Amino acid sequence: MNTSTTDAIDIRDAVKRYGDFTALHSVSLSIRDNEFFTLLGPSGCGKTTLLRMIAGFEDVTEGAIFLFGEEIEKLPPHKRPINTVFQNYALFPHMSVLENVGFGLEMLGHPMQEVRKRAGEALEMVQLSQFAARKPAQLSGGQQQRVALARALAPRPKVLLLDEPLSALDLKLRKAMQIELKHIQRDTGITFIFVTHDQEEALTMSDRIAVMSSGELQQLGDAREIYEQPRNTFVADFIGETNLLPVTVDEVQGGRAACHLPGGQTLTCDASAGVARGARVHLSLRPERVIVAAQPGVESLKATVRENIFVGTDITTIVDLAGGEEFRIRTSNSDRGRARIFEPGAGVFLNMEQGAARLLTD
Amino acid sequence: MAGGAASGGSSQSDTYAGARVWLLLPAWATLLILVVAPVGIMLVYSFLTKEFRGGVIWEFSWEAYDQFFFNRGLFGDEPPRIEWTYILIFWRSIWQAGVATLLSLAIGFPTACFIATRAPRQRPIWVFLVTIPYWVNLLIRTVSMKFLLRDNGPLNEALLGIGVISEPLHIVNTNLAVQLGLFYSYLPFMVLPIYAAVERYNFSLSEAAADLYAPRWTVLRRILLPAVKPGIVAGCILVFVPSLGSFLAPDLLGGARNFMIGSLIEEQFKGNAGNWPFGAAASMILLTLVLIILLFSARQQGRQEAR
Repeated sequence: MNTSTTDAIDIRDAVKRYGDFTALHSVSLSIRDNEFFTLLGPSGCGKTTLLRMIAGFEDVTEGAIFLFGEEIEKLPPHKRPINTVFQNYALFPHMSVLENVGFGLEMLGHPMQEVRKRAGEALEMVQLSQFAARKPAQLSGGQQQRVALARALAPRPKVLLLDEPLSALDLKLRKAMQIELKHIQRDTGITFIFVTHDQEEALTMSDRIAVMSSGELQQLGDAREIYEQPRNTFVADFIGETNLLPVTVDEVQGGRAACHLPGGQTLTCDASAGVARGARVHLSLRPERVIVAAQPGVESLKATVRENIFVGTDITTIVDLAGGEEFRIRTSNSDRGRARIFEPGAGVFLNMEQGAARLLTD
Repeated sequence: MAGGAASGGSSQSDTYAGARVWLLLPAWATLLILVVAPVGIMLVYSFLTKEFRGGVIWEFSWEAYDQFFFNRGLFGDEPPRIEWTYILIFWRSIWQAGVATLLSLAIGFPTACFIATRAPRQRPIWVFLVTIPYWVNLLIRTVSMKFLLRDNGPLNEALLGIGVISEPLHIVNTNLAVQLGLFYSYLPFMVLPIYAAVERYNFSLSEAAADLYAPRWTVLRRILLPAVKPGIVAGCILVFVPSLGSFLAPDLLGGARNFMIGSLIEEQFKGNAGNWPFGAAASMILLTLVLIILLFSARQQGRQEAR
């Protein structure tokens, strides 16, 4: 076994089965030290199962998990130097905030004086020092969330697991906490493994993202890679918004593929690996990478405007392609000077730069 | 209680002040007829003079209480000494009820946890199974217990059969038999309140504690037990109080030497002793004792909540 000691967490061929149901199909991934790592996917994709396996609440059916090179998948949760921020916070209701935050340190056998001191410091970090004597029930949801964070950070774990910790907060608070979490991660240098189903949250906070679906790892990369170079239709569709069009490849030449849409329109785009002549694949086009114009550009598709929807920062234009497929374009409100807004019924060209369209084989 | 009614009536702005009195009437009447009146009658009777073979003479007397606590010799003319007989019976009752409560707790707590951790659909079935034996009359159950435990009963035969013991265990007519009988009689009263508490318990708290380096027993002691303590206290009271005044199990399983308060009181009204004031006085002393225990545990509980 080539045990790499630099990775914080190394998951090798982890499988989780519940009876006949397989929740996780042989997942392998490495999480670097000091990284803000996100497991992203829709509910039921296996991301929480994987997190619980790292924490030790679920046993590993097959495979191995390493923590800084040490095999841990057989250890009970209380013997793993990993802490968790739970989705429902799971604060101990009969203990004060300070006792909650100090619990981990107390269990590790630190003298009470030190426990209190370090718990106080952890509370200070989340700006809740004045609530130390309160019971969790006397705090708001956002405050409870920060106590849960302080409690998990106080013992200085090697890895911190966060199971959708922001999902119960309202939008404003969630946005503020996203930034705060990112800062805390950077300041403490602890490896964070963050679970979420919110792709925007994942893109905002993560150094790297693992996109998961139906118990399998779909793609691993940083936010830009995942957004701009999705590996398959699932990732393209799940991360951000996209237009997925079924196309047939007519010709592949010099790294470019010429293909046609069901309506007969043609388009050339970068050929990804495995694309051959005659292949029926999908084309992914992000709504913001297309400009609606009266004249055709280098790469264009013909369409008819159906409607314009004002959504604050953006205007969404829905058009019908010649073959009848619906297509969405997003124009930033600040671009109004450059981009024209066409009335419904107008015949337009959808112009895009080379490389905007991406072929996906599955 | 009177304070509540007064504040309701004195409030000028309270539109329902008049109606409230009438609406509260059934509750007051029930309390009066089923609690205040019987206890009052008992209190009065405990201060009357006894009539031989039951009944009372309407003449004030301390004699019942005097007889309970003091021994003044056969003719009542000696200087009073402390009478240990009845205090001993009380002490034995408390001991027996206490052991039965601890037994119930030892078996009832894991049982309740077991039921509460089944799949939600299965839980009512388990609760149902726990209560099934209690559809049979208590007397029949206690008699059956005696048959089970006697020297040549199934328990001893089985133990002899598998060679654990070479001589039958004498269980009937011992303290242990009474404790087992009481334990079996009131076990569901321990299981059900604890089950209700454990069912409401959020098991992710246990996970959180384990995540924060707490080993299994520490999780149980520091997190689960404090969370379900109200259920445990309720269960203990529900087993201890009826065990204390029980007379079936001690009579049938304990024999003449293992007399408990319940039997003592029963004797005063039914048996040959026939001393109503003394029975009433013993009941009053028992009632006071139970009240003190309840008040103490309620205060402990309240103090814990307040902290």
